[in-house]
Amino acid sequence: MIKLTGDNIFKVLVAVIAASAIVILLLNTYVLITGSANVFATSGFGFISGRNWNFDIPSFGVLPAILGTLITSGIALLVGVPLSLGIAIFIVEMAPRAIRVPFSYLVEMLAAVPSVIYGLWGMLVLRFWVLDYIETPLNTHLGWFPLFSGTPTGYGFLTAGLILAIMIIPTVASVSREVISAVPNSIREAAYGIGATKWEVIRHWVLSYGRSGIFGAIILGLGRAIGETMAVTMVIGNASGASGMPVSLFQTGQTLPSLIAGGFFDSQTALLSSAYIGAGLVLLAISLLINVAAHVMMTRVLKVKGGAVE
Amino acid sequence: MDNIKIQSVNLNAWFGTKQALKDINLSIKANAITAIIGPSGCGKSTFIRTLNRMHELTPTAKMSGQILLDSQNIYDPIVDPVMIRRRVGMVFQKPNPFPTMSIYDNVAAGLKLTGARKDKNLDEVVKYSLQQATLWDEVKDDLKKPGTSISGGQQQRLCIARAIALQPEVILMDEPTSALDPIASAKIERLVVELKKNYTVAIVTHNMQQASRVSDYTAFMYLGNLIEFGSTKDIFESPKNQLTERYITGEFG
Repeated sequence: MIKLTGDNIFKVLVAVIAASAIVILLLNTYVLITGSANVFATSGFGFISGRNWNFDIPSFGVLPAILGTLITSGIALLVGVPLSLGIAIFIVEMAPRAIRVPFSYLVEMLAAVPSVIYGLWGMLVLRFWVLDYIETPLNTHLGWFPLFSGTPTGYGFLTAGLILAIMIIPTVASVSREVISAVPNSIREAAYGIGATKWEVIRHWVLSYGRSGIFGAIILGLGRAIGETMAVTMVIGNASGASGMPVSLFQTGQTLPSLIAGGFFDSQTALLSSAYIGAGLVLLAISLLINVAAHVMMTRVLKVKGGAVE
Repeated sequence: MDNIKIQSVNLNAWFGTKQALKDINLSIKANAITAIIGPSGCGKSTFIRTLNRMHELTPTAKMSGQILLDSQNIYDPIVDPVMIRRRVGMVFQKPNPFPTMSIYDNVAAGLKLTGARKDKNLDEVVKYSLQQATLWDEVKDDLKKPGTSISGGQQQRLCIARAIALQPEVILMDEPTSALDPIASAKIERLVVELKKNYTVAIVTHNMQQASRVSDYTAFMYLGNLIEFGSTKDIFESPKNQLTERYITGEFG
């Protein structure tokens, strides 16, 4: 019999709280699996490889939305990560002390902006910038290239990806900033001491020393990009079914979250709502998969080689 | 005192509003070892960090006056600090090999920055530098291992090899043995004496025995002032200034 001391009660309490995180994840998964059993029974693997989203046949496939999710997140990383690293490097390595703190605070404020605001801004402002300055010129001159083909509207994968790029900046930038500040000054001094320029110090030493942390920051950003719903739904155009199968960056489409957000509440039949829940399950699986893969990469690739590789 | 390699002229330095160096005029002779001694906070580290423009990397750091390297003022606006740091190498208080690089790459890093690629010549420079730092025999089979995988004393000699690889003219050492055990320290001391054949050495130390054992000239600093400078023999056997005498006899410090 364990004595009911304060410490023991505290220990049990904390254990229960810690376990609740796992329980919530398991419950989530359970609900998604049972809820989507119907659609998987009807469509089988076709639910993942199929392109149609048709209530009449009925035939449901989330491949366009999976690809849409990966493409928009990919654009987000491609554009957002360099910007975030630039911000982090500026704050730690270059900014005068007086503006360092207010500037990092402002960058973190970006995270406080509700995603629906980003969505509104995306619809009302960014969409037209993208249309006028990126899509139309590229389409006019390089329209033969599949990625730039179609009829640009400003809605679609590119605009969604760019909105996501902005939305991941606070996460990636502030984590990278912490990582870069944690690089010991003795390393910087040693590098300056052998005649490295500031650029070389940052590139060969600071980023190299902090690479596993920066990689973690990027994965956090990716997680945010994959799951972001509201802002994406507002700018991606929500082309459903096969018409959302990505060919061009400028075409309208779907991501898994926008698919669910856009249709779930209108789903009339049990099979249809099961299909939306199935999309949720696929989304959860992708997120978990990326996290696990990232973890493996971080421990295997980065750390093992980390000792002695340039 | 001919044959001056590097010289400070009316050198003042500050951190913020706190003055760390006051009108230092000190000449360091070529191919000799100059020790800079003094109690903690006397400005000795700050002084040698002005000699290769490392001082200015500290935020809020300022300075005035001149440092003449071969009679050229290294603070002249046309002078690139990067070039100065290649000519005036530095070894720090705590061994700081690059943790993400192998032993080989630690030594080769400076040369790679200058554009030297992995060719035969680079291998030879690495070998030569490690030999000069009396480390080659201990690590020649482990060149691919991380620079931080060896002992503290070996790491410090690796840092010396890293400085040597750039063929500098001057090597600055900021209390290079203060983080090491006595045996490792003795090895570094012997190495320092060897180095003066090819390089000009300035070494900061708060170990007076070390200063008297290795150096040819000694400067005693106190509260940002250069109190006395002369041959090590004179400073330790017949100091002119009372403060110097009190310091070397261990009355304060």
